[in-house]
Amino acid sequence: MGADIAISVQNVVKAFGQGAAAVRALDDVSVDIRKGEFFTLLGPSGCGKTTLLRLIAGFEMPTGGVILLDGADITNLPPNKRPVNTVFQSYALFPHLTVAQNVAFGLQMLGQPAAKVKARTDEMLALVKLDTFANRKVSQLSGGQQQRVALARALAPAPKVLLLDEPLSALDLKLRQAMQIELKRLQTETGITFVFVTHDQEEALTMSDRIAVMSNGNIQQVGTAKDIYIHPKNRFVANFIGESNFLTGEAADGALKLATGETIRVVGLKAGGKITVVVRPEQLRLGAENDGDLKAKVRTLVYFGTDTHCYLSLSDGTEIVARLQSPASGEAGLAEGQLVGIRFADSSVQVVED
Amino acid sequence: MSPAEETSARTSARNGWILSIPALVVLGLAAVGPLLIILLYSFLEAGTHGNVVWAFSTKGWSQILWTKDIFTDTYVWADAHLSILWRSVKLSLLTTLTTFAVGFPTAWFIATRPPRQRAMWLFLITIPFWTNLLIRTYAINEVIRNEGILNVLLLKLGIVSEPLHLMYTDVAIFTGMTYVYLPLMVLPLFAAIDRFDMRLLEAGYDLYAGRWQILRRIILPVVKPGIIAGSILVFVPSLGAYVTPRVLGGGKQMMLGNLIDLQFGQGKNWPLGAALSLTLLVIVTLALLYYVKVANGEKRNG
Repeated sequence: MGADIAISVQNVVKAFGQGAAAVRALDDVSVDIRKGEFFTLLGPSGCGKTTLLRLIAGFEMPTGGVILLDGADITNLPPNKRPVNTVFQSYALFPHLTVAQNVAFGLQMLGQPAAKVKARTDEMLALVKLDTFANRKVSQLSGGQQQRVALARALAPAPKVLLLDEPLSALDLKLRQAMQIELKRLQTETGITFVFVTHDQEEALTMSDRIAVMSNGNIQQVGTAKDIYIHPKNRFVANFIGESNFLTGEAADGALKLATGETIRVVGLKAGGKITVVVRPEQLRLGAENDGDLKAKVRTLVYFGTDTHCYLSLSDGTEIVARLQSPASGEAGLAEGQLVGIRFADSSVQVVED
Repeated sequence: MSPAEETSARTSARNGWILSIPALVVLGLAAVGPLLIILLYSFLEAGTHGNVVWAFSTKGWSQILWTKDIFTDTYVWADAHLSILWRSVKLSLLTTLTTFAVGFPTAWFIATRPPRQRAMWLFLITIPFWTNLLIRTYAINEVIRNEGILNVLLLKLGIVSEPLHLMYTDVAIFTGMTYVYLPLMVLPLFAAIDRFDMRLLEAGYDLYAGRWQILRRIILPVVKPGIIAGSILVFVPSLGAYVTPRVLGGGKQMMLGNLIDLQFGQGKNWPLGAALSLTLLVIVTLALLYYVKVANGEKRNG
C-alpha cells in the first residue's frame, strides 16, 4: 500500500446547497485507485460518480475529506495545477482551433518549447490514428473522430491520471464497441491510470481492471469484474450488474429455508434470522419435476438466439428467471405450463446484504 | 438531380429576380438614386448662395485636403478638415474600444444570469433607446457641465478645488458617444456569449490554462464574430455622429457629420459637403468589407 496508489479518496463528503436543503451527492466516500489501472466508477445517474470525478479533476471542492495524488494532498488545488486531465462527455473541443491546435493546447499552457509541443502533438495524433486530420477544424470531424481528438488532447500533457466522464455515451453501438477496445489499448500503451465513469455495466465489465459500484452517494462495492459479478455484496450490486434472482428465507445450518417449505443448500451458513441469496439466471439447471431442489412451473419462454429465457414461478408465486443455452435444434425441450425441478450448484448461491 | 429537375431549377433561378423587382425599385429610388445625386454634386461648382452651378469641377474633392489661402493665393493643407477627420476617427475608435471594455463584462454578466433574469437585464440595457437621442445627450450635458452633477459632487467631496471644464471638449463628445452607443455593443456581444459553450472553460482550466489565458485563448477567439459585429455597429454611427458632437462639442469640436452639415448650411459649399459625405461612406464601407471578410472566414472555418 501507499507507493502504488495513484489517487486516494479519503472520507470525502460533497454537499450541494445549504443547511436543511443541502443534498449530499457524496456521503463519506473512501477509495484507493492504484497506479496504472483502469478503474471504473459505475452506477445509475445521480449516484455521485460524476461528482467524484469532478472532485478529482478539481472542478468542485469537497465539503469534507481529503484527496491525495501520489501521496500529495491536492484537495484544494485548482484544476490547472493538477497533473490530471479530463475527457469530457461533450468532448468540449475548442471550435476555433484545428485538431492539432486542440491537442497542443495543454502543452502550450504548460509552457513547453514549440518543437517539443509539435513532436508530442504528432505522436498523440498518431496514437489515436488521426495524423492525416491534423489541420482539420474539429467541426469537420465525425463523433468518433472528435472523441479521439478529446482523448489525444487529454493524454498529450502525460497526466498522472486520466479522467473519462461517460466519453462513449454519445456514440452509436458499433462505434462504442470499437472505442472500448481502443480505450483499453491506449491505457495499456500509455500505462496511465484511467478513471472511467459510466452507467453502462457492459462497458464497465469489459474494460475495467477494477470497478467501484456506486449508489446514493456511496460506494457499494469495489472489486474486479469477476469479483463483483460472482460475489455481489448486496442486493443493489447484484441487481445493477447482470440479471439476478433473489430468494429470501430463514437461515438454517448450511441451508436456506424458503416460504414454500423447500430448502436450498448454502455452504457455511449459520442458523438464525432472515437472509437473502442471489442466483444468476445462467447458473440454474432445470430437470424433471422431482429431480431438483425447488419445484417450479414454466410460465413463459422467450427465445433470444444464443439463449432462451425461461420465466418460472415457485409454488408461493415467487418469480425466477433461468437462462438456458439454446440447443442446435432451437427447442429447449420445455413447454409453457410444464412443471420442472430447479437444481442449484453450491457455488452459484451467494448470500447478499439487503 | 435529374436533368429535368436541373433545368427547372435553373429556370427558376433565372426568373427568380423578377419577384425582387419591388425591392429593387425601392433600393434604386431610396439608396442608389440619392447616392448618385451626391456623387454628381461632388463634381460640380459651388453656387454663391448654396446649391450648385452646372459646371464640372474637382474642387469639392480637392478642398477636402487643400484650401486656398486668400492672401497669398496659394493652396495650403486644409488643417481644419484634417483635424476634424482625425478627431472623428480617433473619437470613434476610442468610443468603440471603451464600449467594448464596458460592454464585454456587461454582456458576460447578462449571459451568465439564469434565463428568466436575462430578459430583464436586456430590457434595462435597451430602455435608453426608447428616449430621444437629443434628450439623452442633454442628460449627459447635465452631468458634466461646470455646475453639473459630477462637478458638484467632486467639489463637495473636495477632490477638486474648481469645477472641471469638460463641456465642449473631446472628452465630452467621447463620453456622450460611449453612453449613447453602448447598447449597440452589448447586444451582439450578448448574442455571441449566449451561444458560447461554458464547458470550454472547464476544458481550458483542465488543460493548465489560467484565467487570463482562458480569456485570451478561448473566450475572445470564440466570441470574435460578436466583438466585430458590435464594433462595427458602434464605429459606423460614431464616425457620422451629428447630434452628440453638436451638443457636447458646442460647434467648436466638430466631427465629420457637423462639417458636412456646415458645408450644406452656412458654408454654402455643396460640392465639398457631397465629397465629404462620400469620404465618410468610403471609410464605413471599408470597415464593413473587413467585417464581411472576417465573418466569412469564421463561417468557412467554424
